[in-house]
Amino acid sequence: MTALTAAASARLRLRGQPAAALAALVLLLWVGAALFWPHLVPQDPALQVPAERFRSPSAAHWLGTDQFGRDVFARMLAGSRPVLTVAPLATALGVAAGAAIGLTTGTLRGWVDDIVMRVLDAAVVFPAVIAAVLFVALLGHSTVVLVLVIGAAFVPIVARSVRAATLVERERPYVEAALLRGEPRASLMLREILPNIRGTLLVEATSRLGDAIFAAATLSFLGLGQGPGSPEWGASVSENRVWLQLAPWTVLAPALAIGSLVIAVALLADVLRQRWDGR
Amino acid sequence: MRSFLVRRLTAIPLTLLGVSVLVFLATTVLPGDVGRTILGREASDASVAALDHQLGLDQPVTVRYLRWLGRFLTGDWGDSYTLHQPVTGLVATRLENSATLAVYTFVLLLPVALTLGLAAGVRHDTLLDRLVSGLSLAFGATPEFVTGVVLLVVFAVDLKWFPASALPAPGDGPLLVLWHLTLPAVSLVVLCTGYVARHVRASTVAVVEGPYVRAARLRGTSPAKVVLRHVLRNATVPATSALGVQLQFLLGGLVVVELLFNYPGVGALLLQAAIDKDLPTLQATAMILGALYMAVVLVADLAYRLLDPRVRVAAA
Repeated sequence: MTALTAAASARLRLRGQPAAALAALVLLLWVGAALFWPHLVPQDPALQVPAERFRSPSAAHWLGTDQFGRDVFARMLAGSRPVLTVAPLATALGVAAGAAIGLTTGTLRGWVDDIVMRVLDAAVVFPAVIAAVLFVALLGHSTVVLVLVIGAAFVPIVARSVRAATLVERERPYVEAALLRGEPRASLMLREILPNIRGTLLVEATSRLGDAIFAAATLSFLGLGQGPGSPEWGASVSENRVWLQLAPWTVLAPALAIGSLVIAVALLADVLRQRWDGR
Repeated sequence: MRSFLVRRLTAIPLTLLGVSVLVFLATTVLPGDVGRTILGREASDASVAALDHQLGLDQPVTVRYLRWLGRFLTGDWGDSYTLHQPVTGLVATRLENSATLAVYTFVLLLPVALTLGLAAGVRHDTLLDRLVSGLSLAFGATPEFVTGVVLLVVFAVDLKWFPASALPAPGDGPLLVLWHLTLPAVSLVVLCTGYVARHVRASTVAVVEGPYVRAARLRGTSPAKVVLRHVLRNATVPATSALGVQLQFLLGGLVVVELLFNYPGVGALLLQAAIDKDLPTLQATAMILGALYMAVVLVADLAYRLLDPRVRVAAA
């Protein structure tokens, strides 16, 4: 996560890109919140103070309190951890599995490629949200299930673009040279082709990270996240929407937190894509 | 064209069959003890076993699959475990509601996305273009429930222009129905517009730089006429495939938006059935949404082929 951010910001030479610099800053802030929220929150996000219900934003409670008198700002900070745990793990899983499949089929080509690509095409046909609802509701909600379901949905997407990039590299002279000097297939894939498609991988990872945050937040909103009591952003929006008229801040805070994070990641992904396409 | 149709029309039932196996396995193997879920924790083991037997859950998996598929194909989708009414009628009503919302969304989406994409493409690399591209990117990345909540706070709570619930009172006329559906539809439009607009923009830029547009300009054709006569058609054809992709997103987005706005559509039904482990309803909604999804992809592909003579000829 931080390695990705560091790599991204190093690539960008942020001075000429104010929007990208701001996006990187927002992402860093949320990563900071996810890592260190216990030291940053004004009070325990789970602490219920019945006398302090539905307080509007003030100096004591920057973003007000919710139906149980819990501090909304504390819950917003704490809510960054679940989404920034699930999303990077799902992204890593999807990119690793997708890259392995795409690299292998793109290098080997022939009937292996044909069969694997047909299967992946068929898998894409089923709408991801419906599949996710089906599996998460039936397998039970846990971080592991969420990571598996979201990561699995990325595998065909990543595999396709990695395969396309591999097929291009496959025609390059350095691959021919490696084949002529009898380099084993595994080493050809990992030592020769993989380093040359790292741009595709970086762009895929950033784009999928944005998708994963979107998906994790949405599943949490649908009640398929980590369950009641959790400060998850999506679940907070869903729980508090009954109180929309009375205490809009309880809904707006987690909603805007999701918005800021997904937009920041999408902007970074876009800048990275333009960089690598421009080469 | 004909061979394309034949190929797709034979592939769709096969894929649906695969989907049916997946849905059946997911709803049969994964949910665990259905009788226990329905009857609750206090029920005795004997009554749970009796209910499992009554529901046919004690039979082998292959028997149950074939029996289920046979009944499903003949339109007998069973009764909902929780709502105690035939699933067929339930799904039909909910589907009608969702279709109203989806069509309304699409009608709003099309002109907005086309106008924004064309404007940004014709005036590419201006401030307007950068604004449209930036906003498309931001809105396209934001989940529809986030946009929906912000819309609710501004337009339902603060300004009170639109109702917070998407469900009109019984007996309301069509205009009132649409008024109730505006906020949910706009949340979906906000999500989908960016993607379509970006595609329209990209193809518009390619067309505007093309020799025949330059020729038309040099002949002294007015800019408005150039856009309407030459750019519009050529730039929108590639965008139909983008629209097809968005229609698929729309089907998924229905689940989220229907929950947020308490709208009794098929997406909300799917979610409720999944949470309640109401298997007959879950199977039927998942199958219907899967079939609709494939139909949408087919229609989008067909429209693309009919609109673009180059693809039409190449496919023949």
